[in-house]
Amino acid sequence: MKQITASGQSVEEAVQAALEQLNASRDQVEIEVIDEGKKGLLGVFGSKRSIVKISLVKDPIEEAQRFIEDVTGKMGIDVQVATQVNDRHVTFDLQGDKIALLIGKRGQTLNALQYLVQLFMNKNKKHYYTVMLDAQGYRQRRKETLEVLAARMAEKSVRNKTKVALEPMPAFERKIIHMALQNDDRVTTYSDSIDPHRHIVIEAK
Amino acid sequence: MKALIESIVLPLVDNPEEVVIDETVEQNKVVYHLTVHQDDVGKVIGKNGRIAKAIRTLIYAANTDADKRIYLDIM
Repeated sequence: MKQITASGQSVEEAVQAALEQLNASRDQVEIEVIDEGKKGLLGVFGSKRSIVKISLVKDPIEEAQRFIEDVTGKMGIDVQVATQVNDRHVTFDLQGDKIALLIGKRGQTLNALQYLVQLFMNKNKKHYYTVMLDAQGYRQRRKETLEVLAARMAEKSVRNKTKVALEPMPAFERKIIHMALQNDDRVTTYSDSIDPHRHIVIEAK
Repeated sequence: MKALIESIVLPLVDNPEEVVIDETVEQNKVVYHLTVHQDDVGKVIGKNGRIAKAIRTLIYAANTDADKRIYLDIM
């Protein structure tokens, strides 16, 4: 991390001087005031200059984008990354030729990368980000598949008056199933067992 | 493949200079042995091995050599 100290007649002036030196804007840096300084008598006697320490912080979103490009590039898959930020929720949409290879069976490769990107973004950071990795509309297609599956399994559960256990899924996919069936008053849904084997159970009432 | 493992592991650890990856090629498998600083072990394994599992998933997906299976050993 790049950091410099600068001084000026006032804190404000010191900050300005530092920003000019780093060629950065205020939202790219962290400011630490080391000495407030003193005006002194008539601005001449006993005056002390203000000293500030300025550190250049890298934009975590840009860094994460570079991380994704780096890892996928080394996997032999070239992707274009489009980034969407919604407060603390960041979506990276990946586009490219061999995108199926990156999604993997039931999205497991995409989910693995998503987990690592989330770790990367939240390492030593003050703010917590949630990360979603999408690849050419995969998440939406998966959502539709899961909703169809949910409806079919609910039918089966009602027809046979039994519990139906689905295969293990990550939390955000289980949520899609819970949501899809929450208004179906013939069945209840819950999750059983612990990660990585946590899965949905649909039970007829 | 070594470059891929590095690109994933280096940003996750606090002591990137102490990351060592050894490669052993055998008849039908390639074994990568990953060693990190003592304080970083948890950062590459994770709770219930979740991080290790994610790293393995990615390197398996990147393996295009059908004759050789890849293994990743940590520590």
